[in-house]
Amino acid sequence: MAAPTSISAKNSSTQAETRPLLETRNLELFYGTSRALKGISIGIRENLVTAFIGPSGCGKSTFLRCFNRMNDLIDGVRIVGECKVGGEDIYAKDVDVIELRKRVGMVFQRSNPFPKSIFDNIAYGLRLQGIRSRSEIEGIVEQSLKGAAIWDEVKDRLHQSALGLSGGQQQRLCIARAIAIRPQVLLMDEPASALDPIATGKVEDLIVELKKDFTIVIVTHNMQQATRISDYTAFFYIGELVEYDLTTKIFTNPAKKQTEDYVTGRFG
Amino acid sequence: MTEETPEQRGVDRDWSGIRRSANGRPLEWIAEKMIQGVSFTAIAGVFLIFLFVGKEAFPVILSQTDSRLIQPIIPASQMATTPPEVLQRYLGLSVREFKALDQETLKDLMQAREDGSKDIPEYARSDPDSGVNGSGWSYLLTPHQWSGYDRPQYIWQPVGNIQKFNIIPLFVGSLKTTLIGLFFAVPLALAAALYVSQLAPVRVKEWVKPGIEMLAGIPSVVVGAFALLVLATWLQSLFHYEVRLNAFVAGIALGFAVIPLVFSIAEDALTSVPKSYVQAALAVGASRWQAARDIVLPAAIPGVFAAVVLGFGRAIGETMIVLIVCSAPVMSWNLFDSARSITTTIAAEMGELVPGSPHYRILFMLGTILFAVTFLTNLLGDFVINRLKRRLEGKR
Repeated sequence: MAAPTSISAKNSSTQAETRPLLETRNLELFYGTSRALKGISIGIRENLVTAFIGPSGCGKSTFLRCFNRMNDLIDGVRIVGECKVGGEDIYAKDVDVIELRKRVGMVFQRSNPFPKSIFDNIAYGLRLQGIRSRSEIEGIVEQSLKGAAIWDEVKDRLHQSALGLSGGQQQRLCIARAIAIRPQVLLMDEPASALDPIATGKVEDLIVELKKDFTIVIVTHNMQQATRISDYTAFFYIGELVEYDLTTKIFTNPAKKQTEDYVTGRFG
Repeated sequence: MTEETPEQRGVDRDWSGIRRSANGRPLEWIAEKMIQGVSFTAIAGVFLIFLFVGKEAFPVILSQTDSRLIQPIIPASQMATTPPEVLQRYLGLSVREFKALDQETLKDLMQAREDGSKDIPEYARSDPDSGVNGSGWSYLLTPHQWSGYDRPQYIWQPVGNIQKFNIIPLFVGSLKTTLIGLFFAVPLALAAALYVSQLAPVRVKEWVKPGIEMLAGIPSVVVGAFALLVLATWLQSLFHYEVRLNAFVAGIALGFAVIPLVFSIAEDALTSVPKSYVQAALAVGASRWQAARDIVLPAAIPGVFAAVVLGFGRAIGETMIVLIVCSAPVMSWNLFDSARSITTTIAAEMGELVPGSPHYRILFMLGTILFAVTFLTNLLGDFVINRLKRRLEGKR
């Protein structure tokens, strides 16, 4: 298993001193008694897109959800080890999960807009932040929808139900909702797996665009997608991090045999 | 060996099997028809109940009943000279019943009628109201100044020399107890449903949910007895009102009967809201309570509304609890006065009546009205639920 800090040192000498924004050390996660994550250590750097790949059930989604403590919702989940965001241990006793989630946003596999209007879908998160001014909210809503490349399609129907949008539009709306609250990290759990190729293309373009402002971690089943959009790739297999390196390296010259077998499609 | 062309392959396969219609599965066909039959029977049952109850009430609705104390008497001696139609109507018999009786029996009936009128005591005979037909519509609905009263009043007093059938106090009683019950039960049931479905840890949920639903299994006589003996005392010492047994106590006790129903349906509705909504809300920084209040509850509102409508039906139809706790048919909007609901009235009075008498028919009419009210409420509720659903789905 690769040590994350040494990788960043190896690959980018200019940023060798900067701490990774997301960092875990020997993170283990148990569902009841079964060990789903077996001691994962990784360092994910700012303003880059990092892709998690691996066969189904390898723990990549579970691992992603550790960073905004979404696993808390599942009964019987226990986490051991260190998990830091921006240098803070997010599993410490005095952490306010809600504040954490405002800083670490998430887009889910299945688009899940609220059964409210398009406008309210985005405004909800803003109101939770305590923003009351109507004009300010309107401004951020417009900006977020533009940021998610969906503004032109919905600007005339902002007050209609979000459930009337197509699947691809709904997913971009969910991205707009996630970026509206200006998180520092955006976790994406297979955001394009339920979309057709055209909608997928739009979402991918968007992810590359968003990299400027956000640190993005994306779980994907689609190898081409990982090569198209990510800077770093982590390959997971049965609860372990097998290899973590620059995407180009993982896909052209992986260090491990397992990784090579997977990315060339020999199993998985 | 010759190679098969695709065309040949298609021709060789036997496709006739697809044309055997449903005869190929006779048992399924029978099962389907039986289920269909059962559901039609259920609907027909409801319709027949309405029909038969309504039939008994029909004379009241058409103002054909007569509850006057002093009624015209045809002496038995004049039987031979009276036309049969008049006799039949005079004795309150249907044509068929009339034909089935022989002359002797008819004469006895007339004699009994004549003797009965002689038994009316003098003081009642001289009452100015002795000629009033209390089962007429104006007496049923509007206040009347009965002799001995200083002003027009709504009075339900169906037993006595002068029968008074004003049904307004009963409606007020039903409304009072039902509304108190709902105002008490709905917030509690919804809060519990929201808690159990969204906030409670699994272990708490495992206890609370069956616990509340077990309330539904308590017979309403037991709830009524509890309210009569225990609840009434507690509430009186808490609120210091004058009459110990009143509509308020009955309403709260009704609430206990309504809570499990509303809870159970609302909890189902809230639980069936996709978990992805909650996750999405938490991911934008909502607390679990905010997610439950802002996202889950609005998304489940059609089901929650359905729960309230059914709760209303349960409350207005409940008989035993109100009957036990209080049953004086006083005309008062004061929640701390006694009350008598429509169902209570029917249950308490039906047993001692002469079938076909005005009182009997009025009770059936009350039943008919109750049926109509709940039917319309459910219909309206259904309409609202469908609109809410369409709005949630963005179809508007």
